[in-house]
Formats: sequence, C-alpha cells, structure tokens
Amino acid sequence: MARQNEVVDLVPSTVGSGSSLAPAGGWPIDHRVEQKLHRKDSWGVALRKDWRIYTFVVLPILFLVVFRYVPMFGNIIAFRRYRPGGSPIGDEWVGFQYFDLFIHNPQFWTVFWNTVILGGLWLIIGFPLPIILALMLNELRSRKLKRTVQTISYLPHFLSIVIVAGIVFQLVSVEGTVNQILGWFGADPIPFMQRPEFFRAIYILSEAWQTVGWGTILYLAALTTIDDQLYEAARIDGANRWKQTWHVTLPGIRPTIVVLLILNIGTFMAVGFEKVLLLQNPLIYSTADVLNTYLYRVGIQTGQFSYATAIGLFESLIGLVLVLSANFTSRKLVGASLW
Amino acid sequence: MVTDLDAAPDIARVRTSLTQIKDTRGTRVFRVVNGVILAIVCVLMLYPFLNIVAKAFSAESYIAAGQVNVIPRGFNLTTFNAVMSDAMFWTNYKNTVVYTVVGTVIAMLLTTTFAYALSRKHLRGRNGFIGIAVFTMFFSGGLIPNYILVAQWLHMRNTLWAIVLPGAISVFNLLVMKSFFDGFPSELEEAAALDGMSTYGVFFRIVLPLSKAILATMTLFYAVTQWNSWFSAFLYLDQKSLFPVMMYLRNLIAAASGSTEVTGDMQDAVQIGANIQSVTMLLTVLPIICVYPFIQKYFVSGVMLGSVKG
Repeated sequence: MARQNEVVDLVPSTVGSGSSLAPAGGWPIDHRVEQKLHRKDSWGVALRKDWRIYTFVVLPILFLVVFRYVPMFGNIIAFRRYRPGGSPIGDEWVGFQYFDLFIHNPQFWTVFWNTVILGGLWLIIGFPLPIILALMLNELRSRKLKRTVQTISYLPHFLSIVIVAGIVFQLVSVEGTVNQILGWFGADPIPFMQRPEFFRAIYILSEAWQTVGWGTILYLAALTTIDDQLYEAARIDGANRWKQTWHVTLPGIRPTIVVLLILNIGTFMAVGFEKVLLLQNPLIYSTADVLNTYLYRVGIQTGQFSYATAIGLFESLIGLVLVLSANFTSRKLVGASLW
Repeated sequence: MVTDLDAAPDIARVRTSLTQIKDTRGTRVFRVVNGVILAIVCVLMLYPFLNIVAKAFSAESYIAAGQVNVIPRGFNLTTFNAVMSDAMFWTNYKNTVVYTVVGTVIAMLLTTTFAYALSRKHLRGRNGFIGIAVFTMFFSGGLIPNYILVAQWLHMRNTLWAIVLPGAISVFNLLVMKSFFDGFPSELEEAAALDGMSTYGVFFRIVLPLSKAILATMTLFYAVTQWNSWFSAFLYLDQKSLFPVMMYLRNLIAAASGSTEVTGDMQDAVQIGANIQSVTMLLTVLPIICVYPFIQKYFVSGVMLGSVKG
C-alpha cells in the first residue's frame, strides 16, 4: 500500500515543478536538483507550502493522541501498583504480578471461556447471516420489494442498545411473546433471563436481529460490481442457480467477505460489551459474564484498577494478534487483505 | 448483410429463450421460496417494534396477563401523560439533545477536515497520519485506562466533555469520508487555486458544497450514535440531572428487570410495568423513527459512495 501511494504521490510534484525548473532543450542538469525533484518535499518545504492543510490535521491528531494513544500508554498501570489519588501512572513496578493473579483465578477462566464461546458463536452464526440475506435480496426481481425489505431490516441498527435490551426483556419475560407461544403448546412459562442456559441463544438472536440488515449494505454494494456477462457466460455453460452463486457471485464478493471477516476476528474478544452488561444479572453470570463485563466490575466498581487493566491489556493483545494473523493468513491463502 | 440483420434478433431470441426454458421451473420455485423467506424475515424484524407500540397503548393488566401482541388492549394514553409530566424525563431528554448537537458538531468538524487532509495525495506525512488513525481500530487502551484518563487526569467527571469528546472521531467514518474525497476531481480544485482561492476557500466553497450527500450521512451517523449512547454517561456522570434520556430508560429497565446496580430511588419504585417501559422506549426512539424514512436512501448511497472503492 505504501509503495503504491509513493508512486502516485510523485506524479504531481514532478509535473508541477518540471515546467518551471527544467525546460525542455537544455539547461545543464544538476543531478542533485534532479534527484530532489523526484523526492518528496522536505518537511520545511511541505509545511510552508501546505500549512493550511496541516491546520486541518492538528486537532484530529491531538484528539487521537489524547483519547486513543494516551490510554494505550496508560496500560502501564497493569505493571505498576495504582492507587486512586496516587501517582497517575502508578506508584511502583510490580512486574507481571497482576497477570499472574488473574491467570491463577478460576473465575477469570470461566469468564474467558464465556467470552470465547460467545465470540465464536457469533462469528460462526452472525458473520454469514448478512451474506445470505444479501444474496437473497439480490435475487429479488422487484426493486420496490427489495427496497422495502432493506428499509425494514436496517431499522434495528438505529436503535439504542438500551432499547434493544428493553425489547429483549419484554419479549422473554414471563408474560412476553415467547412464553405466550410456549403456552400454546401447553408449556409452563420460563423465566429466561434467570436461566444461564438461555443467555447465549438470547444474545445471539438479539444481536442477529439488530445487525443483520445493516451488515448487508457492503455486500450489496459489492454485488452490484459483478459483471452481468459472467452470469450469462455461466448460464451458457449450463450452470444452474446454485452453481452461478458458487462460481460467480461468491468469488465476486470474496474481497469484501475477507476484509469483513478479518475485522470481525479482530473484535472477537470484545463481544457486545454494552449489550451483555445491560442484559446480564448475577443469576446468569455463569454464561453471561464476559471479560469486559468482568473487568468493568473488578475495575470500576471495586476499584482494582491495575488488576482490571492487566485483563484489558491481555484482551487487546489477543485481538491484535488475531487481526494480524488473520490478515497474514488470508493474504497468503486468498490474496486479499486489509493491508 | 440483409440476412445478417434479419438473423440477429433471431439469435438473441433463441439465446434468451434457451436460458429461460432451461431453468423456468426451478427458478420459479426458487423465487417463491426466496420471497416467502424474506417476507418472514420482515415480519420477524418488525414484530418487536409492533409489540412495543402495542404495549405502550395498552392497559398494564392486559400486558401482565400476556394478552398483548401487536394490537393494543385496553387502549389508554395515561402512561404517556405520566411519563411526559415527569420533570426528570424532560431534563434528561433536553440533555440528550444538547449532547447530540454538541457532539455531532465537534465530530463532524474533526472528521471532515481530517478526512480532507488525508485525501490530499501530495501531503507530506499523509501515510503516517493514516497509520496513526487506522492503528486505533486494531488496538485500544481499554476500558480502565480510558476511564482513568477522562475521570482522573482530565477531570471531566460530570461534565458535557466526558460525553461528547472521547468518541469524537470514528475511524470508520473517517475512512469512508476520506475515500469519498479521494474521488474528488482534482481539476476542480486546481482551477479554483488558479483563480486565487486558498486551500480554505477551496475546502469551504467548493469541496463541502459538493459533498452534501456524504456530509448528511456522516452527520446522521454521529447524531444517531450520540443520541443512542448511554455508557459514557453511565461511567462519568453521577448526577441524575445530567443524564441523557437513555440513562433514564436504562434505569427504568434495570429496575423493572430486577437486575443489578439499581441505584437511588429507582429501587423504591414498586413495580415498573411493561407499559411504562414501552412508552419511554417509544418516546426516546421517536426522533430517529421520524427522520429515518427521509434519510434512508441518502445514507445508504453515502456509505456505498465511500466504501465500494475502498
């Protein structure tokens, strides 16, 4: 990516200055000047020339440094003992003590596996759903119908997680719709939100409901770029619908699938923190407590900042490693990657 | 020549009829099945909404008996009056409006200028700036360091800034905007520059007016996110009078579902029924529902504009 940009960047500067400095015909060419022309401007020149554009950069970079990079370095308190009111970067080095603590804590491992299971389930179920829906939408002949389905399926994306949680509570409550349906079959009402065995299903279903429609946007955009002639050619070769989907459509949207998959793998450990936090209660911690909610409780509620930071850092590092390896693997295997 | 011209339509007709004959039945069955499944999906998507609407207009006794699905029973508006006459609800609602407006303005200012700068291909340091932004998508400081930064280093507890600043730039939105600006015809800008316009002039008088679709989309994204957010308020605000309306709703739901950490007098509320919850949900989601139909087409094209190439 960097190299490509380099090539593109060079074009304007050579064209721009070439006309004034090196007219065709024959001033003696100083090779150092020539080399300079083909290199980028030095910082000094660039700042003088583009200072107005740099004013556009100052505030956003300041924002990123303060609100994104300072917290990254704030992770240092995972290795230092931090007391509220004490030194902002902790009082003394304790090495890996806090990592040691959580690794030997059985509660941590429950939470860790809950996270992995929930994240894994979501990846397996939640990731393909928008692709399937996009393929189905793509098969609709009537544009009006297509637009209607899209409008309806995007809507949940715009709801607050608080509202989604409220809806979930109502649907699965003792007098809610799910229990009404069970009642038709003569079953007794089940207090779903108090039973750990139902949490994963409830989470996945509500997440699917909220995100599936929105997830189709990028796939639908990718689908429009597939050349119709490919379908025609496939039909003439005797490909039926499934074969067309398999050999033309899916390869056509493969780069989109791969990029989104890599991004999804990277956030795999961060499973819907806010939603889980809203839905969970102590009765169902055995399945509904995930790393983020656990570290929220031990960190912010009971004030063990260093311990919670160590857990958070551990989680972020797993996420980073997952993204890097997914990216590497897909570049090697299918030639599509984020960078 | 003449025979060729005559033959051409025939070939076309034969070809289309061939392909049509080949999969008529299968295709027809497929289309019906596909349509039916999509119709079911639509019903499933809409049902939770309709259920909430029905409950908002129903009497609590019918809801408690499990008799309300999509049609209100025991129609009444008293709960609407009750919620809307709660002074705290209105205070929180106004807070949300303020947070949304301020947050969106700040976010748009930062995102638009940054995205434009990043789309200037000759800008020295451009790749470095992009890298700085993109890296934050894959690695973040995590909850606790962020909390310490905002609450203890910057002393933003119980201020507007804790709500509107930490999320000001969404890197995803930034990249969508950048790739939109990437596609901007550079001739336009060059022409303007030749006419003596400065970078600011080009940006404000040429680029922005021609980017209305993407600006509207991004404004909407930021506004909806800010409108819907509750977690930063949950973390950084203690005073109820500062809460956004989503926190009001959250406390209502937490109290009703009997989950943890219900604070203050919410616990005293004897029984917060599904009816009052539904009414509050409906009122908080109202602005989004109102603008949604008008802007739907707009934002889809906006996202696509930015993302197809990227």
